[in-house]
Amino acid sequence: MSELKLNPYFGQYGGMFVPQLLVPALKQLEQAYVDALEDPAFHAEFQQLLTEYAGRPTPLTLCRNISPNPLVKIYLKREDLLHGGAHKTNQVLGQALLTKRMGKKEVIAETGAGQHGVATALACALLGLKCRIYMGAKDIERQQPNVFRMKLMGATVIPVTSGSGTLKDAVNEAMRDWSATYDTTHYMLGTAAGPHPFPTIVRDFQKMIGEEAKQQILKAEGKLPDAVIACVGGGSNAIGMFADFIAEEGVKLIGVEPGGKGINTHQHGAALSTGSYGILHGAYTAIMQTGDGQIEESYSISAGLDYPAVGPQHTHLQQTGRAEYVAINDDEALAAFQQLAKSEGIIPALESSHALAYALKLAAQATEPTVLLVNLSGRGDKDLAHVHSVLAGGQL
Amino acid sequence: MKRYQQMFARLNREGRGAFVPFVTIGDPTAELSFEIIKTLIDAGADALELGIAFSDPIADGPTIQGANIRALAAGVTPAISFDVIGKIRAYHPTIPIGLLLYSNLVMARGIDDFYAKAAAAGVDSVLIADVPLHESKLFRQSAIKHDIAPIFVVPPNVDDDDLREIASYGRGYTYLLSRAGVTGTETVAAMPTSELIARIRSYNPAPPLLGFGISTPAHVKDAIQSGAAGAISGSAIVKLIEQHQNEPAILLAQLKQFVSSMKAAT
Repeated sequence: MSELKLNPYFGQYGGMFVPQLLVPALKQLEQAYVDALEDPAFHAEFQQLLTEYAGRPTPLTLCRNISPNPLVKIYLKREDLLHGGAHKTNQVLGQALLTKRMGKKEVIAETGAGQHGVATALACALLGLKCRIYMGAKDIERQQPNVFRMKLMGATVIPVTSGSGTLKDAVNEAMRDWSATYDTTHYMLGTAAGPHPFPTIVRDFQKMIGEEAKQQILKAEGKLPDAVIACVGGGSNAIGMFADFIAEEGVKLIGVEPGGKGINTHQHGAALSTGSYGILHGAYTAIMQTGDGQIEESYSISAGLDYPAVGPQHTHLQQTGRAEYVAINDDEALAAFQQLAKSEGIIPALESSHALAYALKLAAQATEPTVLLVNLSGRGDKDLAHVHSVLAGGQL
Repeated sequence: MKRYQQMFARLNREGRGAFVPFVTIGDPTAELSFEIIKTLIDAGADALELGIAFSDPIADGPTIQGANIRALAAGVTPAISFDVIGKIRAYHPTIPIGLLLYSNLVMARGIDDFYAKAAAAGVDSVLIADVPLHESKLFRQSAIKHDIAPIFVVPPNVDDDDLREIASYGRGYTYLLSRAGVTGTETVAAMPTSELIARIRSYNPAPPLLGFGISTPAHVKDAIQSGAAGAISGSAIVKLIEQHQNEPAILLAQLKQFVSSMKAAT
């Protein structure tokens, strides 16, 4: 078997821990990606889709009212305004083009909040690919509008009842499907996690978020922000936002994990905050596990962050000290969700509300002029029914 | 490791192939699992392939996922699994015992710690379902250090470079996949052509055993006629456990009958 073209590791994290059977499919994907990078026609088509179909560049919005401290400016990178309602659209367009380059006609995907499922469904509708999407039964229940969106756009949604019925189990089922269908089917993994080359490809297809935001904030402020803040489930919006700032040592990078009911309760999804490392879904990275190595079930009010691992590059950024990872719990995220709606007229996704909540905390403590850049990775339409029921006294 | 060599030497003398049943240790309980494995041996199994239950078995279909869930629900841990293996080893000193499991269980307390415990329990081989050749270095080095055979999988889409490495790194036996996909009888075994097995054997790897979708004596016979050194059957056996888990006497009788008929086809 030919050697890998790209480094599958970020420091000691990452790798390609999959059954031998799937190695040729991952190598084929890596080759297609490397070839595409050298093909101007690929870049032109990707750019055209991003601009004319998805709505890039997305705006950068300076919040007028929400900052609790006159010394602190909070800017929002408005991925919520992207077609599809979240940053997920960026990278699926790239992967859909790779699918076609590989001559594959079908796509499988997993989804948690349904945002990646919606993005996959729209890209497949647009580019004439057939798709089936694995979604945990519990997530189907709490994300009904997205399930309907996927179906409207022609996707088949397959409920996953094994395990906890959430994102982790949907990934398991997608990988099982792929191990029988890789000849004709591309696995369109939805985050910067999983086996090589996904963490690299997904980051590269999301890094325009940070590239645009950097230019926009330089234009607005004449300098780089003090900190860049993004929520982290698998970590795709965060790595897309961070990538272009990694070399800017003066910019703090802060990833916000889902603290659920508190990181001491076991009911959370803050893999990096637990300091435990192992192999899940093809990568050696921070994971939530028992002492024996059984994967623990994660929990978050936000389905898109409800995942017991994180992309390997985040683990590397944490280990090298380049990025800091913190946790925001359900109540704090829910408060930020409402606060942004009331003070700015923007309803954020519950996922993005975690990043905003931490920005508000930082802002309140600031003692000197500070510019914070928050990735508002998605909009909250999909969360309305769930938040409504929670606020009405239902279960978190 | 030498138990595999002795087994294949004996089978060669007998002019027969190997029949290797798979079960998940602790399915449905540690106690009954021990009785089940003893029954497999008594009914004629040439070697054993045993799983340690894991929360996220991505290479397994619904039947073996069910076995993992039952064992975990019964509180079966890797430590308890090693206890069961130790008892099996005491019951039968020469039968080769292979482990089939997932990488995170091997990593959890350190790779070397895992292989040391496996060796102490009497394990002869370890196959890690989600560690392909190019990620296998630390695992196979530790295996060899503890005199445990690292097992590699030959998928139907294998190329010559991989075959060369598998022949060089593998010991004990070679796990030949009958088809793509996950474990289970939902998709039956596709018999590899004699040409494919001849090509594989031309690299002189450890003897190839055919697995995935093997559920009838005819599959076993066909596998051996195609040139495999034997066959591995898991889901068909685990289905019997699933069906009769609450009636042990019937379960053990059915397992005995099934394994005898599969062995008779070798």
